[in-house]
Amino acid sequence: MITIKDYALPDTLEEAYNLLNKKRSNTVLGGGAFLRLGSKKIGTAIDLSKLMLDAIEETDEFIEIGAMVTFRQVETDPVLKKFANGILSQAVKNIVGVQLRNIATVGATVYSRYGFSDFITALLALDTKVLLHKRGLMRLDEFLADGAKNDILVKVIINKTGRKAAFNMMRNSQSDYAILNVAVSRLADDWKVIIGARPHRAAIAYEASKYLSGSDLTGESVQQAATIASKELSFGTNIKGSREYRRKISTALVKRAVLEVLA
Amino acid sequence: MKISVTINNKPAEFDVMPDEYLADSLRRYGYLSIRKGCDTGSCGLCTVWLDDKPILSCSVLSMRAMGKQITTIEGVKEEAKECAQYLVGEGAEQCGFCSPGLIMTILAMKRELVNPTEQDIVHYLNGNLCRCTGYVGQLRAVKKYLGVE
Repeated sequence: MITIKDYALPDTLEEAYNLLNKKRSNTVLGGGAFLRLGSKKIGTAIDLSKLMLDAIEETDEFIEIGAMVTFRQVETDPVLKKFANGILSQAVKNIVGVQLRNIATVGATVYSRYGFSDFITALLALDTKVLLHKRGLMRLDEFLADGAKNDILVKVIINKTGRKAAFNMMRNSQSDYAILNVAVSRLADDWKVIIGARPHRAAIAYEASKYLSGSDLTGESVQQAATIASKELSFGTNIKGSREYRRKISTALVKRAVLEVLA
Repeated sequence: MKISVTINNKPAEFDVMPDEYLADSLRRYGYLSIRKGCDTGSCGLCTVWLDDKPILSCSVLSMRAMGKQITTIEGVKEEAKECAQYLVGEGAEQCGFCSPGLIMTILAMKRELVNPTEQDIVHYLNGNLCRCTGYVGQLRAVKKYLGVE
């Protein structure tokens, strides 16, 4: 059970940042749904609700998703439903139920770098950066590797490069956490293969991506790319599935996703 | 901490702890239709509307409701009664423990989705678990209630 001593609704990002860095136990709130399952002792809970970070905005070059945007917004937004074959909407639409998706936020999920996240896997297949209040812009893959301690994620920015993309996952039941998820994207000859919920956080399968980018894209080479992806990344065991099972299904999911992009 | 809310179209003031969740506050203030099932954000029993959107009240801090409109099943009694008749008519209710949360989700869906398909209905109600009935009777009832063929 979490405990919270105090609650703050800052008026500016700078105020929120200063508060966050005032005491180690101070914590920025997202939706609060996952946080409550832990046992964190929070000094001051910092609620970003007043900072107008709950919008999805499209410009000629980018799509910007504010930190307080909920998964339900991502799921139903008309722009995201079409962008990159709708993989962001597809990725979040089976997360628990509509009530939880009305709570869970983009900022908390991305900043926390959750391993089980479907959303992060899909984002990583696109040309995504995160905007942090102090550190500024950071590529999503770098952020996932290094994190950004004691900073605040302001928004996620996706470059509209025109990638075709596909998302696939395996779940025991529709509203359960994914046992494994996969996103694949293509921009001309540049392919990206991502595997998440391994159960480690999502990662780019660089060798498989490189192989696909230089291949003739026949059925045989698609199968080979899927096999490379399953071998180059590490998989683990948890209550959802074993390492061996994850590795096995990764081949099928990657293959299916590549074929969807090619279709 | 004191928060001002509108609950079932009436202004109210709640005294809540910073780490108190909305389901607990609402039950403490007498809204006993809110059921706590899993208490982990998985079952949908505690569903209420916050600014007209269905949410899990067990997973939203009470402070988040500050200045917002909360709707519980007590606030949509007539509609809920009508919906419940369909559930009863299809034998889709046994112990009834999950019914308030389910009905709040069905009514939210009715407002949000235009001409939903059976697939849309199943997807929207995914977050509402029922240990008694299975879901076939519920689906029959919801389809009849919404006039879906």
